[in-house]
Amino acid sequence: MKLFEYAAPTDLAEALRLMQRGDGEVWAMAGGTDLIDQVRQRRKEPSLVLDLKRVPELQAYQGGPQGLRVGAAVPCRRISSDPLVKDRYPALAESAALVGSVQIQNRATLGGNICNAAPSADTAPALLVYEARALIAGPGGRREVPLDGFFLGPGKTALSSRDILLELRLPPPPAHSHSHYLRFIPREEMDIAVAGVASLLALDPGTGRCTRARIALGAVAPRPVRALEAEALLEGQVPTEALLREAAARAVQAAIPISDVRGSAEYRKALIEVLAYRTLEQCLQKLRS
Amino acid sequence: MALRIPPRIPLRTTINGDPYELMVKPYQTLLEALRDEAGLTGTKEGCGNGNCGSCTVLFNGLPVNSCLVLAPEAQDGHIVTVEGLAKDGRLDPLQKAFSQHGALQCGICTPGFLMAARAILDSNPHPSEKVIRAGIAGNLCRCTGYDKIVRAIMAVARGEVD
Amino acid sequence: MTGRKEPRYVGKRVIKADALEKVTGAALFGADARLPGMLHGKVLRSPHPHARIRAIDCGKALELEGVKAVVTVADLPPFEEAKAAFGGELMIDQVHLRKLTIAHDKALFEGHAIAAVAATSPEVAEAALELIQVDYELLPVVENALDAMKEGAPLLHEDLYTDTLGERPKAPSNIASIIEGGWGDVDKGFAEADVVLEKSYETQMVHQGYIEPQACLASVDADGNVTVWVSTQGTFNAQRQLSALLMIPLHKLNVVPLEIGGGFGGKIYVMLETLAILLARKSGRPVKMVMTRAEVFRGTGPGSPAYIDVKIGAKRDGHLTACYAKMILDAGAFPGSPVAGAFMVGFAPYKMPHFKQEGYDVVTNKPRVQAYRAPGGTAVAFAVESALDQVAEALGIDPLELRRINAVEEGDLMTSGQKYNRIGLKQLLERVAQHPAWTQPSSGPNRGRGLALGAWQGAVLTTTAQVIANTDGTVTVVTGQVDVTGTRTTIQQMTAELLELPLELVKVNVVDTHSAPYTDLSAGSRTTYTMSVALKNGCQDLVAHMKRLAADLLSHPESKVRPEDVNYSNGRFWASRGSEQPSVSWREVAERSRTRGPLVGQGNSGRLPPAPTFAAHVADVEVDQETGKVRLLRYTCFQEVGKAINPQQVEGQMQGGAGQGIGWGLFEYYFYQQGKLLNPTFLDYRMPTALDLPMLDSVLVEVPASEGPFGARGVGEVPIVPPAAALANAIYRAVGVRMSRLPMTPENVYWALQEKGAGVTPRGHAPVSSSRGS
Repeated sequence: MKLFEYAAPTDLAEALRLMQRGDGEVWAMAGGTDLIDQVRQRRKEPSLVLDLKRVPELQAYQGGPQGLRVGAAVPCRRISSDPLVKDRYPALAESAALVGSVQIQNRATLGGNICNAAPSADTAPALLVYEARALIAGPGGRREVPLDGFFLGPGKTALSSRDILLELRLPPPPAHSHSHYLRFIPREEMDIAVAGVASLLALDPGTGRCTRARIALGAVAPRPVRALEAEALLEGQVPTEALLREAAARAVQAAIPISDVRGSAEYRKALIEVLAYRTLEQCLQKLRS
Repeated sequence: MALRIPPRIPLRTTINGDPYELMVKPYQTLLEALRDEAGLTGTKEGCGNGNCGSCTVLFNGLPVNSCLVLAPEAQDGHIVTVEGLAKDGRLDPLQKAFSQHGALQCGICTPGFLMAARAILDSNPHPSEKVIRAGIAGNLCRCTGYDKIVRAIMAVARGEVD
Repeated sequence: MTGRKEPRYVGKRVIKADALEKVTGAALFGADARLPGMLHGKVLRSPHPHARIRAIDCGKALELEGVKAVVTVADLPPFEEAKAAFGGELMIDQVHLRKLTIAHDKALFEGHAIAAVAATSPEVAEAALELIQVDYELLPVVENALDAMKEGAPLLHEDLYTDTLGERPKAPSNIASIIEGGWGDVDKGFAEADVVLEKSYETQMVHQGYIEPQACLASVDADGNVTVWVSTQGTFNAQRQLSALLMIPLHKLNVVPLEIGGGFGGKIYVMLETLAILLARKSGRPVKMVMTRAEVFRGTGPGSPAYIDVKIGAKRDGHLTACYAKMILDAGAFPGSPVAGAFMVGFAPYKMPHFKQEGYDVVTNKPRVQAYRAPGGTAVAFAVESALDQVAEALGIDPLELRRINAVEEGDLMTSGQKYNRIGLKQLLERVAQHPAWTQPSSGPNRGRGLALGAWQGAVLTTTAQVIANTDGTVTVVTGQVDVTGTRTTIQQMTAELLELPLELVKVNVVDTHSAPYTDLSAGSRTTYTMSVALKNGCQDLVAHMKRLAADLLSHPESKVRPEDVNYSNGRFWASRGSEQPSVSWREVAERSRTRGPLVGQGNSGRLPPAPTFAAHVADVEVDQETGKVRLLRYTCFQEVGKAINPQQVEGQMQGGAGQGIGWGLFEYYFYQQGKLLNPTFLDYRMPTALDLPMLDSVLVEVPASEGPFGARGVGEVPIVPPAAALANAIYRAVGVRMSRLPMTPENVYWALQEKGAGVTPRGHAPVSSSRGS
């Protein structure tokens, strides 16, 4: 393990100043549940670990009609147990509740889950279906990046080594919509997703037509991805079981998985179809009940 | 030739209600600091990467894997370890229940289970079996198959242990 | 010591003697030991599964400030002669144990120790490891036993010749030995059968999964006396191994047991201990070593993978005519896979007119296996019990009924060819037949129930204990018998029962090798059974001593009481005749040891026959047809336990063994790619969590063993034997697929369902493991 120094700045300016050492020398840390393990396994070799939990901007948390703002260092547990999130962003609540064990959820953060950029990150597909945006502070000031453009590959994001993710911003969910996240793991707990799917369906209450469909996939591509063709198939249609099945089958086309210790590529594709159908079906049931 | 070793950091923290002033390594985990600096070896390391729960402690009231917390993060924090479960010489009901129900065998995972179980009951005094199982699903036990652990926690929840 | 009475302590749910220490965090385990001036030791391990070591340069490591010693194979004392083989259930010879401890000319598996460093901090020691330069010549990797047996396969050991009953082979081989067993003429038996079933099965390498990583602390004093604090299943076993590896006489080598955080067969061989002593000797300071979890996976002894072919013949009425199995067991880098255990277990529950087994012990570039709870048993039972289920189906006979028709009883043959003494398989199966877990229907789509049996003959070996009467009348039992499963408590119960004294008066002390005479290791379901006999002998010996003192106390000048006229019962010694004073208390007699010498009862188990045990497990599962995921709905363990000394602890053994067996059946395996382990974490080596298991109902059936004061049998091993097979049979009943490979992960079940449905094999990726070259 690299023997690093530790700093826990209490204001953003100081945090940004410390980040300017840059180039992998400094690793920002929120919950630390990924980072500490990675450093011990020598997958990251920081000379300084910057604990950002004491920076107020990263602890922001605000939900209402305008949407939801979650500071990057807010623990998953807080998000998954928030009645507002459960009500308006169920897929986010469900996915945040799946990030590791209770012990992990008390430390792990939404920001950390996103910045770690594992293709299997549970909260990523949910954030994608809500069209979340990432608020980033860097040497050049602040900027907002749509989450779809945030993930670049395994462990790679739109953040430069000098940037800090401040918060995630979720617009209000569309009216008459429901969303759902399901992942597949061999056990019931303590596993990384072999495949994960978040779906969002909005229906016109009058016609019953789908006004918006969002389907995002985890663990089946170098980064969390949207299944655009499947979405397009659903929008404008009155969803039927057959249509959902077809959309689920089409979602598989967005999956370009690898075979690894957690599952083969073929199996992952099969799971995507199952999970896509089940999430869509659940959304539809909720909307019609 | 010498290894460049970053200087230690003073850590002021409360452990089991007692004030501690420790000099910790910046790269040291809370688990290592508890065991090696504070001399509290009741908290165990089973895996070192947050997958077994043996090192579970309560950090500001919430269960965490102390192997995934850096010691300096505990600055001004409140830690409760297995050594702090009994109060004024009285065992926590969970400690009694684990003994009476045979919820421990080798005992290496027991401190972590007790802390996770304490956290379950602190947040939900009357948990269902499902809630109990979910609350200890981050803790691995290889000796018991969990049956007696779950029963011991249920017994405390039902007020069968004083 | 009188005849049978209603037991006061035996059979009771007495709270574990060590419970309080363990729930308060006070109990000291391997990693909790520390000494002033202690150094931290770390091991450099081979990143290559098979490589010749051309040179090791430790110069730079020694230059690092804080490094106090570095050791390699050159620091092992010169090898004199092979004195003994070691182990309990899985033996290893002395030469191989040396080579396993630290690589000699070749690294034979990923994780093989190459060198070790002691430094003033773990960080310095770790940094020093990186400064050691090893020149490796990479060699082709032998990934699995089938590859290892092929003509022209790369050899692990140029000096390994197959040991067979026939003539000595001319060329070396990766097949360490071939053994055969059985009776009758199986060809004849199969010819007589109405149904013959032949199937092949495969299981993967698994780990015992003890939560405590290996750890030790070693100290060497100025006179060369060595003390080592360990987490082991057998201190004397460890002492003998260390003595032979390091050429230290036993009286200068003290092995001190700390609490053992799980072993399950995996903490029998010394590993770190040898290196820690070498480092302590070289540095002149105590050295502590603790493995990381990844080191535990890569560098300790997991459970053996197996390839098993089974052939079973039966008459229409269900009677077996012949049974045959060919078992290829992978030992890892050195010979010694559990072929004997597999031989013993697989067909043990059944009467067989004709029977044959062939076993192959094969070396590969994997860690050398160690025992894992009923070594060999789970794999062979998976094969045999799956096959029997198909025989039952082919014959249209209920699976329980088929097993009842063929169940062994006293006088029938064990797989070794010897006769069973008193056993309780029939009674066990009777209990299953009447139990709701079997009689209540299992209903619902994609649901099914599976049954499987398991057997374990039970190890015996030697067990000793000393029973000491203290001057205040309390009793201390001193033994070197390590408490792995709660034996301090059962020893206390049995001693109080035998001595007819209150439980609180008895304390059990598990002591180091310098404080007690030799006793064998705690393994193989032997401890409680053999200890019951050792205690009976020890208590009888003690009471005999005390009767002599009591006789003096009861005597008067005019009427002498002879020891043989003294009776003992319930804490009092009675003069049966010739005395006015009727009795004297235990305490009064014990007090006399201040002037009349020690009151010690010497207990030895002597030579005992085995006390065989059987288990039957019933599993209800539900299978998700779309994903292949198996959900366990209900699980019931039936076990014949002889006499449960402490039913709570017996249930604990049954549930723990079932939990491990379920993990083996559904989730666990070493994922190897070209000899490199890709899942050395508890994240990807998936042991069951509390959410993966239901309550594990435990039904105890008691048929006393032939020997022993209470009729206790060993109970620890057998519960891991049936689960994988019970689950496989349940999965078949749920969705109609026969799983022939472990583990039955969702992906494996999924592909099996696909094959069944479509008749195609859409496998681009070996779903279980890439270790089988298919």
